[in-house]
Amino acid sequence: MSIDIKTMNVEPKRQTFAHVARRLGSDTTASRYEEGVYDLQATTHFHYRPIWGPEYWTFDEGRTAIKMKDWYVFKDPRQFYYGTYTVTRANMHQTTDRNFAFEEKRNMLANIDEAWREMIVRYLIPLRHYEWGANMNACAVSDAGYGTALTSAMIFTTGDRLGIAQILSRIGIALSEGDGELLDQAKQEWMEADAWQGVRKAIEDSLVVKDWFEVLLAQFLVMDGMVYPLVYNHFDTEGQKHGAASLSILCEFMVDWNTEHNRWVDAVVKAAVKESDENRALLSGWYGKWRDIMSEALQPQAAMVLGDGGEAVLNEVCEQLDARASKLGLTL
Amino acid sequence: MTPPRKKKMNLKQRYALMTRGLDWETSYQKMDDVFPYDTFEGIKITDWSKWEDPFRLTMDAYWKYQGEKERKLYAVLDSFAQNNGQLGISDARYVNAIKLFLTGVTPLEYQAHRHFAHLGRHIRGVGPRVAAQMQSLDELRHAQTQIHTISHYNKYFDGFAEFPHMHDRVWYLSVPKSFFDDACSAGPFEFFTAISFAFEYVLTNLLFVPFMSGAAYNGDLATVTFGFSAQSDEARHMTLGIEVIKFMLEQHPDNLPIVQKWVDKWFWRGHKVLGLVAMMMDYMLPKRIMSWKEAWEIYFTQAGGALFEDLSRYGLRVPKYADIATEEAEHISHQNWAIFYQYTQAAGFHTWLPNDEEMGWLSEKYPNTFDKYYRPRFEMWREMEAKGERFYNNALPQLCQTCQIPMGYTEPGDPTKIGFRDSVYKGERYHFCSDGCKDIFDDEPEKFSQAWLPVHQIFQGNCGGADLSDVLKWYHMDQGVDNMDYTGSPDQKQWDAWQAARKKVAG
Repeated sequence: MSIDIKTMNVEPKRQTFAHVARRLGSDTTASRYEEGVYDLQATTHFHYRPIWGPEYWTFDEGRTAIKMKDWYVFKDPRQFYYGTYTVTRANMHQTTDRNFAFEEKRNMLANIDEAWREMIVRYLIPLRHYEWGANMNACAVSDAGYGTALTSAMIFTTGDRLGIAQILSRIGIALSEGDGELLDQAKQEWMEADAWQGVRKAIEDSLVVKDWFEVLLAQFLVMDGMVYPLVYNHFDTEGQKHGAASLSILCEFMVDWNTEHNRWVDAVVKAAVKESDENRALLSGWYGKWRDIMSEALQPQAAMVLGDGGEAVLNEVCEQLDARASKLGLTL
Repeated sequence: MTPPRKKKMNLKQRYALMTRGLDWETSYQKMDDVFPYDTFEGIKITDWSKWEDPFRLTMDAYWKYQGEKERKLYAVLDSFAQNNGQLGISDARYVNAIKLFLTGVTPLEYQAHRHFAHLGRHIRGVGPRVAAQMQSLDELRHAQTQIHTISHYNKYFDGFAEFPHMHDRVWYLSVPKSFFDDACSAGPFEFFTAISFAFEYVLTNLLFVPFMSGAAYNGDLATVTFGFSAQSDEARHMTLGIEVIKFMLEQHPDNLPIVQKWVDKWFWRGHKVLGLVAMMMDYMLPKRIMSWKEAWEIYFTQAGGALFEDLSRYGLRVPKYADIATEEAEHISHQNWAIFYQYTQAAGFHTWLPNDEEMGWLSEKYPNTFDKYYRPRFEMWREMEAKGERFYNNALPQLCQTCQIPMGYTEPGDPTKIGFRDSVYKGERYHFCSDGCKDIFDDEPEKFSQAWLPVHQIFQGNCGGADLSDVLKWYHMDQGVDNMDYTGSPDQKQWDAWQAARKKVAG
């Protein structure tokens, strides 16, 4: 038997907002990402020059040397708007929470060799400060960047990097069996140990870079493009030999996050390079500059953790990043 | 194997380790180069570590709470769309209130996202920096959830479709836009005072409660769900606002006069912007919640009074001209609606005259002013309408250089006389609606002389042309569809057709 539910037929006048329809080419159903992002940023008729920097308007294309006809070509392949972003991260972190609980219950971190535990305090826990630097850089792009497509994605990354810094802090607290002693030690490593000074200098130098697109490229393509594979792949593999399989599980969030975030980074860099030869030249120049800085800065790290094999591994990481950069259209 | 005994940390210690300890004193670059903006305003901070984190929210907890709220909100929005929730509102006139909200307020939420990112990067103390970052995320949330909530209305009603384009151009939308541009172009501590304290703490209830209760009273389930969902964010933002003020005042006695000047300025700026909300409350809601005057009494006179009494121990006093603003609460909604009625041809929402019942309500709520000053005007316009001579004001109005509202406000103490003030700066004369607006200009003439005043721009030929139709085209305002009176509008015709069809279905 079929039931005929009586309803009123109510026809919509339009499917989406006019500015969204113009971008889609016609008035057709738009996604929540498209409606939540397209053209949301004001573009004209600003009233007052910022007293903290009168050379630009509040939102100003001139804050980077990169030129784009349309700043909304930087679409997020993840289609993140606030709702999908928070739900995705909440789900990811639920797994992280379970892993922490699982390991704490079984005291699994105690299985790590004593010497390797010390190594973790030297190579992994100080990264919470690296993440904090990345948090500041993401926030800087969200502040100074142009167009909602970029600024919304970058405030999500700002939250991500604070979240990752806090996961690393939790690992440090778990390793010190509940207090902050190891965090203090790790901070001292970050501030004073020779092995970290190159990376810390690179981060501090990036914090004063004026061109926000250079900041984006330096932090999220180059620095992350070396640090993440080196630490969460190669150093982690080394750790397995020293009973640190339990640590790998606690770092899974970072591995998954990085894979996902790279899709965004690659889409952005690719679109900027494709726009013009001028952009390609600028981005390639920045890439070369930061690649050289970071490949040198990470040498003592690689040597500290991997010993004699460190150099080869770091070279491999750099080669893979170069290959990725070439694929994005950068000239090496 | 039994796990070793864990050392216990309380929440505050744990939060400090997880968050506050992340920061470091840079040595390869000077701290003043890494944080170039947080000293020039003259606010003295001697010890950032004295900052008390008002909510110790780690990122994982933030994702969890916010993600949960989003799941619930979008479930309601989906159901609202599927069930044609727009049919359940009190009357289609109500929709004009949310047109004003989407074109006037939503773009400001985006601006807030950006400028809290500015503070989240540039404030030296890690505590307020993290709070600003989370607020930047929240503000983006509000912009996007508002768009997603109102998206369904846009499919069925006019006046929504071009909201970002209009926000950057339309004459009355320069009032909220310039308000926020003013805050974003100020230094970080002034922004905190302007937005986190004056707006989010002192005045927010006067924006939020009218719109969200208005939605609830008028059957707008989507907007009221958004409102409830945003409420816990707003509570965090208010807490940040009061913490910032106390922190500045506790850090150094020299901060007091600076903060007082900002509180005076931003109270007055906020009061003028909220005049649009006053008009919405008293004239645009088919089912009214309370009058603007009542709202002002509860949320400013009483709540604000208690707040400033509490802050008097720091030497902070009630904002200058608070008494004038309270007197204006008797007038502002009537004067604003009269402006929009006269300029309906250039408004992106529909206007109408209050009917008898509504005028009765206004007389009751405004016994001192409505019958004496405003009813006669509306009755005269009603008579003119009946004779087919609906009144349009075809002269462009003079705008106040500071608040950018047409100069239609009356003198304190004399509601029959329009107020005019002026100042000369670099040989040019600038005009103001009030002493409050003149004081703000006189304190920063270089800044306020830059204002992009819509009427001046039209006269200078920068807005599409000399005729109204040229300007409307430039606004992307569809003549006879988006503008003019509700009566006779496509919105009204459609609504009436729906009502007729419903009667038929109901049999």
